[in-house]
Amino acid sequence: MSRTFSLLIGIAISAAAVPTLAQSGNLEVPKSVVAGSAFSIETQGSGQGVLYIVGPGQVLKRDVQLGQPIAIAAGDLDTAGSYLAVLTGGSSTETGEFDVAPATKPASLSFLAKPSRLPVGLQNGISGAVYVFDAFQNLITAPTPVSFQLSIPSESVQSRTVESHLGAAWTEMNSGAKDGNARFVAQAGSISATRVIQQVPGDPCGLKMNAKKVGGEIDLETDPLRDCGGNAVTDGTIVTFTESWKGGQTTVDVPVKHGIAEAAVPAYSGARISVATGVVMGNEIRWGSQ
Amino acid sequence: MIRPPIVRATVLVAVLAACSAFGADQGPVNQGSVKVEPSVLQGPRPLAKQTETAVVRDYLEAWQSLSAALEQNRTELLSQDFVGTARDKFAQTIEEQAKLGIRTRYQERSHDIRIVFYSPDGLSIQLVDNIEYQVQLLDHEKTQTTQVIRARYVAVLTPAEVRWRVRVLQTDSQ
Repeated sequence: MSRTFSLLIGIAISAAAVPTLAQSGNLEVPKSVVAGSAFSIETQGSGQGVLYIVGPGQVLKRDVQLGQPIAIAAGDLDTAGSYLAVLTGGSSTETGEFDVAPATKPASLSFLAKPSRLPVGLQNGISGAVYVFDAFQNLITAPTPVSFQLSIPSESVQSRTVESHLGAAWTEMNSGAKDGNARFVAQAGSISATRVIQQVPGDPCGLKMNAKKVGGEIDLETDPLRDCGGNAVTDGTIVTFTESWKGGQTTVDVPVKHGIAEAAVPAYSGARISVATGVVMGNEIRWGSQ
Repeated sequence: MIRPPIVRATVLVAVLAACSAFGADQGPVNQGSVKVEPSVLQGPRPLAKQTETAVVRDYLEAWQSLSAALEQNRTELLSQDFVGTARDKFAQTIEEQAKLGIRTRYQERSHDIRIVFYSPDGLSIQLVDNIEYQVQLLDHEKTQTTQVIRARYVAVLTPAEVRWRVRVLQTDSQ
């Protein structure tokens, strides 16, 4: 009798020492929580257990007291993703799935603007693409308004607002009529990112040269080179002077300097002299008599 | 007491684990079924078929690398396919796993991929993937659970020298 009683007591003590989950099945976890926010997981049963939260983006492991709520503190789980919560106690396991959603407040932008340099007057020549991230570098997949603004000195500002789709937003804009540095700004919430786009003059318009004899040579000089918008063509642009005469040809490539191009060629009577830059042809001069 | 579906899944995974090259660098690959939906692009840039093929190939390889890295707790396996935020976050997960003595084995069962955005400059591409995978949690080599997860992932890839690398990979819970 006494031995039976002792055995029963022993079994009772053993049972009390083994952790038990109240039920095996789904762990009650929130369906979705916001990245970095605090939340709790209710548990049932008694004894010690271990909670795992696993996902490709983050893992947690905690020793827990079964029957007590498990507090996940703010900042403990901040990577957006799909997670599996696993609670083990004794030989039992409970599991639950939940999502960690990105916060909705933008904290940083990844802004790609192209190109960094382009000629004036190009339709949809400038493109910008933005990815919107929260404070934990999660892509904010909820639609978020993103505004783009292209400002060029002495010209009106181009602006456009688009809604991001799965964290991405894009736009295209025209380059302005005047050369100079344009500021291309993308903004979501209070966060903005700026890129500088250099607008350079386009091809010269109305290329014209003049010629005069100096000693045995002809001095050639262009009028100030400007594009069709009146912007001075960039110094360094190559201008080609070509002189053709009976039995020969001379070609001189010179860079534009202080807005004009100059060269000297031999003075052959009857020579034809032409000027060009890129695909733009200028005037032609016939020198002296044949 | 463990639920019957988990028992079945555990048995299946045990068989698969026995058949697979567990612990090898990146043994035989098994990505389950892969379906690529026609692209519905936002943005003006057309997507060439070769680009689409390369992006999908590199994205699937990235999943293989991620699975191997999380299973073996080896951050260096991420380097070829991941860059930036994605690489940093997954590397952090692996370091944390190693510290806690746990490993996770992700086995893809199916992918349903659609490319949704190709940036005008051609420097980023975004896709969504309705994926189903099996995740097995091991704590000091003891299997704690095996579950099947279905999720919609969003990935952003950027071009590197010879391949597309994953810069963002996270679920979309919208």
